[in-house]
Amino acid sequence: MTEADAVVIGAGAGGGVVAKELAVAGLRVVLLERGRFYRADECRKDDLRNQRTTILGNNTGPDDEGNPRVAVDLAGKAHIVLPSQGPYSNNAACVGGGTATYGAMAWRFHPKDFRMKSEYGCPEGSTLDDWPISYDDLEPYYEKAETEIGVSGDDSNNPFKGPRRKPLPMPPLAATREHRLLDAAARRLGLHPFHIPMARNSVPYNGRPGCMRCRWCVGFLCEVNAKCGTQNTVIPTALASGNCELRTGAMVKEILLDGRGRATGVAWFDEHDRLQTQPAELVVVSASAVETARLLLNTKHRLFPNGLGNRYGWVGRNFQGHTYSGAIGRFEEEVYDDLGPGAGIAISDYNHGNPGLRGGAVLCNEFIRLPIQFVGMLPPGVPRWGAGHKNAMRALYKRTIAVQGPTQEMPMLDSRIDVDPGVKDRWGIPVARISGGRHPHTLEIARAMIEKASAWLREAGAVEVWKKIPGQGVSGGQHQAGTCRMGNDPKTSVTNRYGQIHDVPNVFVADGSLHVTNGGFNPALTIMALAYHGSDYMVKTWKGTRFRA
Amino acid sequence: MSHKTLDRRRFLGGSIVASTTAACSRKAASNILSQAELATLTAVCDQMIPPDQDPGGAWAGVANYIDRQLRGRFREHREAYRAGLAEVERRAGGSFCSLSRDRQFEILSALDQDKTTRGFISLVAAHSIQGFYGSPRHGGNRDYCSWRMLGVPASPVRGRDQYDFTKGGRS
Repeated sequence: MTEADAVVIGAGAGGGVVAKELAVAGLRVVLLERGRFYRADECRKDDLRNQRTTILGNNTGPDDEGNPRVAVDLAGKAHIVLPSQGPYSNNAACVGGGTATYGAMAWRFHPKDFRMKSEYGCPEGSTLDDWPISYDDLEPYYEKAETEIGVSGDDSNNPFKGPRRKPLPMPPLAATREHRLLDAAARRLGLHPFHIPMARNSVPYNGRPGCMRCRWCVGFLCEVNAKCGTQNTVIPTALASGNCELRTGAMVKEILLDGRGRATGVAWFDEHDRLQTQPAELVVVSASAVETARLLLNTKHRLFPNGLGNRYGWVGRNFQGHTYSGAIGRFEEEVYDDLGPGAGIAISDYNHGNPGLRGGAVLCNEFIRLPIQFVGMLPPGVPRWGAGHKNAMRALYKRTIAVQGPTQEMPMLDSRIDVDPGVKDRWGIPVARISGGRHPHTLEIARAMIEKASAWLREAGAVEVWKKIPGQGVSGGQHQAGTCRMGNDPKTSVTNRYGQIHDVPNVFVADGSLHVTNGGFNPALTIMALAYHGSDYMVKTWKGTRFRA
Repeated sequence: MSHKTLDRRRFLGGSIVASTTAACSRKAASNILSQAELATLTAVCDQMIPPDQDPGGAWAGVANYIDRQLRGRFREHREAYRAGLAEVERRAGGSFCSLSRDRQFEILSALDQDKTTRGFISLVAAHSIQGFYGSPRHGGNRDYCSWRMLGVPASPVRGRDQYDFTKGGRS
């Protein structure tokens, strides 16, 4: 195949941004995506088969057939798991990646999230560390992401946020009944409620319409394309530049290296499962934390016998996500008003400054619940079947509010991705094996966040509150992060501050794998901002036809 | 609200006050379960989600959902269903469908207490709830009956109703 200047692996939050940035800068880009390019009207409103509720499978890949992983449970037993099963930690396989179907919260991390070790010290058994970049380094790129992807909301009442030069480009959606109740309650408690920043058009923006407030939101493609992901923003821009070729159904097998250990391109299977070679001067891996680590570990070379970037054994380590912690409250009156996306209000009062705790979480009201999703939110003690279950559904469906937040996790070396020695996918590529657990301090913080959520609900008028107790197994999931952490010291990190692999200057990582820590916020906007940040460096380092860093 | 009231009235005036024999006589083509097994399953589903002022599992077509999934996605559960339904019939003396609802409930409760059969009850309970509250496209939740019960406007695309495309949407 014709040599490309850059090949980008994975068209999600990170890869979509990099492809666009490089293409508009004039590089010839090949963007490889293992999944499909779905149209907005393929959103297929199926509440049993979507990225949020996978009882009958995923709606945006990967398929259960031929894409196994291995998950090791807390007892050390290995299980083969499928994409629709929780321990798989799936994060979609399609153009847009997770951003095609996400809830679209578009958070900037807190400035302290970038210096967790300096702020708090590292707890025993954790690899908590500082990022090699600060909030201020990333601020211009956060702004660029907010503008180009499109973010609505209003965080002006959030005194805890990092400084921003510009307000969000779109106003928030009108508040729901839940939102109004929680807003008044938070103010009574002396907290600082505000409108969640969302990558969702509240008004027409970038040629796409505003949200119609339906209930088919998180987990689904947006029927009217009001939700903003890379698939309807930067990727179309990349394609329109004439410099980017998108290939779907493209599964990358390994990164190809020359005798000196420099990347020369990738080996990949096309949509007809034919093995192809794509030569490229620059290789960008943005397959998300599990698959990026897997690809690097599956790229073996005389100089890198344990995998690319893995000289010191850090690839695949520190696998993390978020420990969701919160509570559900029952109200006497109906609080459900059938307005999507549902989530709208947040407080950031507890992200930091909790005595004795290293960090915390942003707390938000939960997305709108379809009936089948609400089943999992019933209080403890409701019978599994019979009149008791039915009565509870009928009594509670419209009378509950859920508040929860993504508790920032204490990373651990032994929560990790490696490659299973036996199991292979349908292309014969060894699959990812997921193992590890959660740090006790993470669970301690989570318990504190549960209490904060409960108190907020009670103040809002909840007459009964039940708690969502997180598990102890390894997290990951759609917020997966940490497996190729960036850092200044090549002995304790995989890439430098730009996502450039220490050992191989023409291979970059651009996804959540880079996160040293994952913040107490949903990570998508940070992944995008980091991708802009890394792309800027790639473009500046590009010398006409070659890449010499 | 008017939606809901209307629908409830229609349900109550119709055949919804289903007797157990009516629940058992529903016909459906199955490749996996025999007609007898399907009849038993239908009655079991009608206990998992009992009819009251709103439809139950039988009327909603929950067994239909399970049967359809057993042909594909739930194929790994085929044996569990065959064995579980056989056990239900064994304890019912071979005529679970003809027993009173109270007696059916007792049998299923006993199975739920028994360590060796609790797994089957958990399975059929979970699947019944999926079939009842999930999309009708999969064979259950007939006429969006569960959504109507919860007072959710049954149109799956609510939003379009209030969405003015000519103005690019509401804010």
